[in-house]
Parts: sequence; structure tokens; C-alpha cells
Amino acid sequence: MQRDGKRSMTGGQPLTVAALVSVGRHPVTGRPRRAEFDARAVELGLSLAPGEALRLVHAGARTPDSDSALRGYLGMGIGAVEVLEQPEGADVVPALEAWVRTAAPRLVLCGAHGETGEASGLVPFLLAERLGWSLVCDLAEVEAVDGETMTVLQALPRGQRRRLRVRLPAVITVDAAARAARQSAFGPARRGELRPLAAAVTPDREAEGWARTPARKRPKRLKIVKATSARERFKAAAAKAEGGGGQVLTGVSARAGAEAILKLLREEGVLR
Amino acid sequence: MNDIIRRDPRSEWIARNRLHPEHEAVLARIGGGAPVAQWMGPNGVLRRDPHAVGFIGPNGIRRIDRSGAQTASGAARREATAGPSRRLVRIETPAFLVAVVADMPGGRLSAYDRDLLGLARQLADGDGGGQGAVLLVCFGETREEGLGDAGVDRVVTFAGAQFAGYAPELRLTALGGVEHTHEPRHWLFPDSPLGGAELGRRLAARLGERPATQVWQIGDGRCTGRGAAGATDISRALPRIVLALPECAEPVTDTTHAAEPFAAPATLPQIMRRIDDLGAVAVDPAGVALAEAEFILSAGNGIDDWDAFHHAARVLGATEGASRVAVDNGFMPRDRQVGATGTWVTARVYLAVGISGAIQHLQGIQQCDKVVALNTDAGCDMVKRADLAVIADSSEVLAALVDMVEGVRKEQRDAA
Repeated sequence: MQRDGKRSMTGGQPLTVAALVSVGRHPVTGRPRRAEFDARAVELGLSLAPGEALRLVHAGARTPDSDSALRGYLGMGIGAVEVLEQPEGADVVPALEAWVRTAAPRLVLCGAHGETGEASGLVPFLLAERLGWSLVCDLAEVEAVDGETMTVLQALPRGQRRRLRVRLPAVITVDAAARAARQSAFGPARRGELRPLAAAVTPDREAEGWARTPARKRPKRLKIVKATSARERFKAAAAKAEGGGGQVLTGVSARAGAEAILKLLREEGVLR
Repeated sequence: MNDIIRRDPRSEWIARNRLHPEHEAVLARIGGGAPVAQWMGPNGVLRRDPHAVGFIGPNGIRRIDRSGAQTASGAARREATAGPSRRLVRIETPAFLVAVVADMPGGRLSAYDRDLLGLARQLADGDGGGQGAVLLVCFGETREEGLGDAGVDRVVTFAGAQFAGYAPELRLTALGGVEHTHEPRHWLFPDSPLGGAELGRRLAARLGERPATQVWQIGDGRCTGRGAAGATDISRALPRIVLALPECAEPVTDTTHAAEPFAAPATLPQIMRRIDDLGAVAVDPAGVALAEAEFILSAGNGIDDWDAFHHAARVLGATEGASRVAVDNGFMPRDRQVGATGTWVTARVYLAVGISGAIQHLQGIQQCDKVVALNTDAGCDMVKRADLAVIADSSEVLAALVDMVEGVRKEQRDAA
């Protein structure tokens, strides 16, 4: 299986991987759940590190809702999630940084951004900067891990991929291009353990003054008509929406038509 | 050039008065060398030139005014061909700088970049404390001509092979150099994946600034951005680093700016590259999701030879799509359907073969840049929507297209 092929050893030791998980929010119902991208990161971690070599950590407030959401990760076949208890409105980065320094994994995985709170996607950047590690965004697949480096495929827009060689240790973010997370099973989710850990609390002073409101629909951009005369204004107002400025080739041979199409494809640069 | 039309009432009056002694001379002058509508022939017969009667109206139609109120002005009034002229703005000594790191795909400003420059202009012009200037930071060769029209006062270009490809660490050091030498008051990035979103967050982490992300509105020293994956709006004081969404501001349309090149910081600190770019990987176009495919070859009811269609898609390297009819008839799988009930596609080039263009299908291809229609019916809606329409038998044209592409590939292989 491909999954086993990736399980490379680093000096006899299996690659130690940590995944940072958060409590998500269903976009339609608003119910707490495992975060989509974080679950994909856990899925990637499961393909890289078997069993005990993958550690999951969550930093945040503990409520019954967040516990049920975190059990979604346990249901993917994880033994335990370590929970760094932080009150609402705390800066979780220092606590996570301290945890990563003590746990010392070779690889930290996380989703591109969270689904609650600020969800700015800054945590992996701050962690990588403070730890001095490599950082790769939008990872699609890990191809190989050997000792000090690993070869990964990065997802580009429009389904394209780029191969990178990354020095370990590294922080990796995962978004919609990575493999979809497996389903969460009920039994393992019940049996798994949420292991609370005490951690230092850093209050987030800057975010206290922010005003948070439910998202307002963004105003639609209007078509601005810059007309100098009444006639131009009338023409702009009466113009049909359909542009129709296209070129129509009628009664041409198949070859001439194909040439015209080929020219357009070349101009747009889609032909490789 | 002065485009204001100056009227001369006296010569107009003379032109109306046929008995005036200067009538002929004035008519000739107003006509500007245009043929006179009537004259006395050598035998005392009045000769008329019907083509010289009247004048060409502003919409290009000949108007004949028999009331005598308007005289023939001869040639058509010259249309103002020059576009709305932009005011030239030069900012010699800016009080502060607003730095914009544009994505510039292919070396040109995208619409997103222009929105961002519009936002930078707002910050530079509207802020208290003097007139600011917009500094554009771009990586790689710029092929954009209209930087000044987009509202750029200064440009710093980091050209060079080392900045090509994926080199976020090197680019970050370059931005650090700009920060060190110019100290811009604000940094603006597009919040676009693998472009500004990554670089902006890296810079924020490096500088220890807390950026505002997903920002869509700025005003009165505050900014509003999306939080919680688009579920909330967070309004806060405007920070130094802003990552803005598309359509965050109107692009600059009134003014043109100098776009003076600034020298890039000469010495950048040497860094250890932790990430090596090994180049792009060839992907199977059939495996690319239809919604994000770049080039789609789409089939409809007008296709007879499906094997030839699949072959053409393979040769062209296009992702296959289909109209609803083709899917309902079982020629294509359901996940390849384009349109309101299928997938809304965002391809740059959409090649529709034998698709007449039902409104549901046209809705699905709204966001495509270029649409090419290959159809036998010249009157169908797809031809009206298309940027290029070829009215011919689709299988023949597809076969010719495949032949030409394969021929070119073979030549390249032989040459290599």
C-alpha cells in the first residue's frame, strides 16, 4: 500500500509527527465539529506516522461542546488528544510553542485556518518563525521522508502541483487540496482519551477591543459609467448585457477553423 | 488639442443668406473643402450634388435639415477618440509610503492587484499627515506597461533567477530589505493562496506585527475583515499589515502616476534555503476537478464520434466537460456536467463542441474568460456568447485540430 511506502524511518526511529487540532463549526448548522482542514492534517499525519508516533494537541477552552468536537478526531483512530487548557480569549501560540518544544516532533501539521474565532491562519507562521523551522503551505501530498529532508507536493491553484524538498523539522499547513479525512467512528471516539494538560496562559490584549458581528453580505460592485455626454450615458444605460463582440467564422474550411482555434489556445497559453 | 466647438454666428448667418455677396466663400470655408451642394453651371443651369447635401450626424448617419436652422457643417463632427484623460500626479517628497506586494501573475497586474492598488491609493491620499506614495514591490520581470495608470508612484523590482519559482524565504528577506530602507507605513498584500496570503503572513510573523486578514473594507482608520472562516466580521483599528480580499476597493481610474523605479536594496542578508523548488509536476487533466480546471473541452448533443472527442481531449491536454444532454444520454459521467445543475466552471478557455447553449449551461460558464464555440448552427446562443465561433462540422474541425497539434509536437520532437 502507498501508505506503508511513506513510512520511512529516520535513524531507526519513526518520524514523530504532531497535529494541531481545533474545534470547528459546521458552516450551515453552526454545530461544533472537527475542523475540516485540521481533520485533513490528521489524515495526512496518520499516513506518515503510525500509532503512537502521531500526537494530537488542542489548545483552547474546555466545554462539553468542544469535547464532543474533539472526539471527532479520536474517532479517526487516535488514542488520545492532549488538551492545553486555555480560557476564552487567550493567545494560544505561546502555549503551543512550549508544548512543541517539549514534545519535539520532527513535523507539525495543521489546517490552513480555523473555523472559529479570528481564523486568520497565523498560528503555523508564528510557530515556524519562533521555532526557526521550515514552513510549507497548502500541502497536497508527502512523497518521501528521508532523514533530514522530505519531498512533498504542494497544491497550486487550478489543480496544478509543485514538488518541493523541505528540510526538517517543518511546520506544514493543509487545505482543501489534501486527501479528505476519513470518517469518524463512534466507538473509537468514545474509547479515546482527552488528556488535559496545564499550560501557561497569555491573554490576547489586542483582540479585546475588536467588534465581532455576524458576517454581513458584501456589497456588490456596481458598474461605474464614466460618461462625459448625455449620449454616452444613454448608450451605457441602454446597452445590452450580452457583449456579443465575438468573432464568428462562417463558411470556412475545417483546417482554417482549427487554425483559428489553435491560435487562440496558443495566445491563452493553455496548450502545453 | 482643443475639442470645444466654437460657433461663428455671423458666418452661419451668411451661409443661410443666399443673396449675401460672401455667401459662396463662406460656404466653402465652412465646408472645409467639402464639395458644394449646388452651383451654377456654365450654361446657366443650376447643378446639384445630392451627396453633398446635409451633414453627418454624431452617430454616423447623414442628416438633412431643411428648416435652414442648421447649416451643413460639411464633414462629420470629429468624435472624441481619446479616452477620458487622466490627471497626471507626481509626488516628489511623500510623507510616507504604502507598500503593496502584488501577485502579478505572468508579470502583469491582475484585477485583484488593481483593487489592492486602489486601496493603497485610498490610504496614501486620504490619510492625515501629508500626502503618501504607493510603493509597488514586484518579484521577477514586470511586463506591465500601465503601472502608473494603476496608481503606482514608486516601484521596487526584485528581478533575478533566484526569485523565480517558489522562494518564499528569499522573497521574505527582500521584503525585509524594503522594510529596512523605506519603512512603509502600511503593507498591503492580496489574501490569495500561495501569493500574498503566504508572504504577508510570513512577513507579519517576521516583523512581529499582527496583521488583519481577509479584509474587505477600510475606512476612518478601521478595517473590517472576515473571521471564523467567513462566518463573522471583525472590525478593528487598521494595523500595519493588511491582507485584503478581492474587490476591497475600486481600482484607480482618474489619475495616472509616475511609477518611478526605486533601486532595490543592494545587499540582502544571506539566508539558508530550507525549501528547494524542484519544479512543476505534470498532472493528468482528467483528474483535475472540473470546477478548477484551466482548459475545458466540453461536448454536447452535436457530437457523433465520442472516441474522437476523448482522443482530442487527451491530445489537447484538456479536462473533459459535457452539457446536460450528453450526460442524460449516457455518453459522459454525471460529474462532468457543466451548468446550473452540474458544475460551475472557472476555466480560462472553454471550448464548447456541439453545444447550443441553454441558459442553464451559459450560467455555468459565466466565469470563463474565453469561450470558443464549435457548432453547425450559427444562430444558437453559445455562438452569441463565444469569443470565437467556428461554424463548421465539429468532428472535421476537431480532427484537423488534433492533426495540427500532433504535427507540431512531432516537429518539436524531431528537432530536439
